[in-house]
Amino acid sequence: MAFLFEARWSPYLVGVGIGVLCWLTFLLSDKPLGCSAAFARTSGMLESFVRGKKAMERPYFKEFFPVVDWEWMLVLGIVIGAFLSSTMSGVFSPSLVPSLWVSTFGPMAFPRLVVAFNGGILMGFGARWAGGCTSGHGISGTLQLAVSGWIAVACFFVSGVITAFFIY
Amino acid sequence: MLTHLHSKRKLQLGIGLATGILFGFLLQKGGVTSYDVILGQLLLKDFTVLKVMLTAVLVGSVGVHFLVSRGMANLHPKTGSGGQTVIGGLIFGVGFATLGYCPGTLAGAIGQGSLDALFAGMTGILIGAWFFALCYPTVRDKVYPMGSFGNVTFPELLKQDRWKVLAFLAMAIVLVLFAIELAGF
Repeated sequence: MAFLFEARWSPYLVGVGIGVLCWLTFLLSDKPLGCSAAFARTSGMLESFVRGKKAMERPYFKEFFPVVDWEWMLVLGIVIGAFLSSTMSGVFSPSLVPSLWVSTFGPMAFPRLVVAFNGGILMGFGARWAGGCTSGHGISGTLQLAVSGWIAVACFFVSGVITAFFIY
Repeated sequence: MLTHLHSKRKLQLGIGLATGILFGFLLQKGGVTSYDVILGQLLLKDFTVLKVMLTAVLVGSVGVHFLVSRGMANLHPKTGSGGQTVIGGLIFGVGFATLGYCPGTLAGAIGQGSLDALFAGMTGILIGAWFFALCYPTVRDKVYPMGSFGNVTFPELLKQDRWKVLAFLAMAIVLVLFAIELAGF
């Protein structure tokens, strides 16, 4: 079981693992892996916390009801799984600024947090606009041979690459 | 089809959690919960993200379509259109490179202690998703209908047997992965 404590696995091994996990979600839960809708549901829960039932009148929250569902639990599970993995291999360490960022923009936390916050807004907005993210479209959509999944993942990477070269 | 299992709501929440734990464990072991690895991919210096995704699609597609052909699973292809998938995808990409995590790997990054993901990234995604909920009625009526293609899959679009399309995809993925390795990435 020593491999469970290694810091990194081959990306191919990880890919096989995620592929097999996809078989299981279709078989056991009749669901593809996906993450971004859980954030939309959570935002609806937060709004109904503040505004009460009026938040539920939004057409979007009638389609994506603000409740804890399978996918919400999946996202929670990802946090736990990554925590277990990083703790077992000893690489868990709280950090505010990623090292690639430090090497170009310096160690100050504030600029990174501002950029990450704005990036998060764009990504949350874009993911819900497109109807999925890197898992929902990029892995689950493409493996189902869905046209929407392949178009979405192409757009994610084309605009992601252009933006990354603009930043660095 | 395990419809009886699918209808057990509480048990499904537990299965979702267990699936997520395995998914997060794998993502972290693959290194893709790290900002440096994701930006490395978008800067075309480190192809870990592509290797993980393409292998997952290769393995996942064969197994899922096998289950479907045996009547043990249903496909759930998403509907899309130019106005939805292309515009949304391009906005997503800008956010992807700026934040340096996607929604799933952000959750993994939080788990491994990346506080930029926790404090800035998660707050941002929640606000972005909520802002989209505000815009949704307009976007749905005005933008989504542009260039609509529905929830079609490639076998349906090309009127080909699914196994032919899968065989072609598998060959293409293997070729791309070989090319990446040969190029020294």
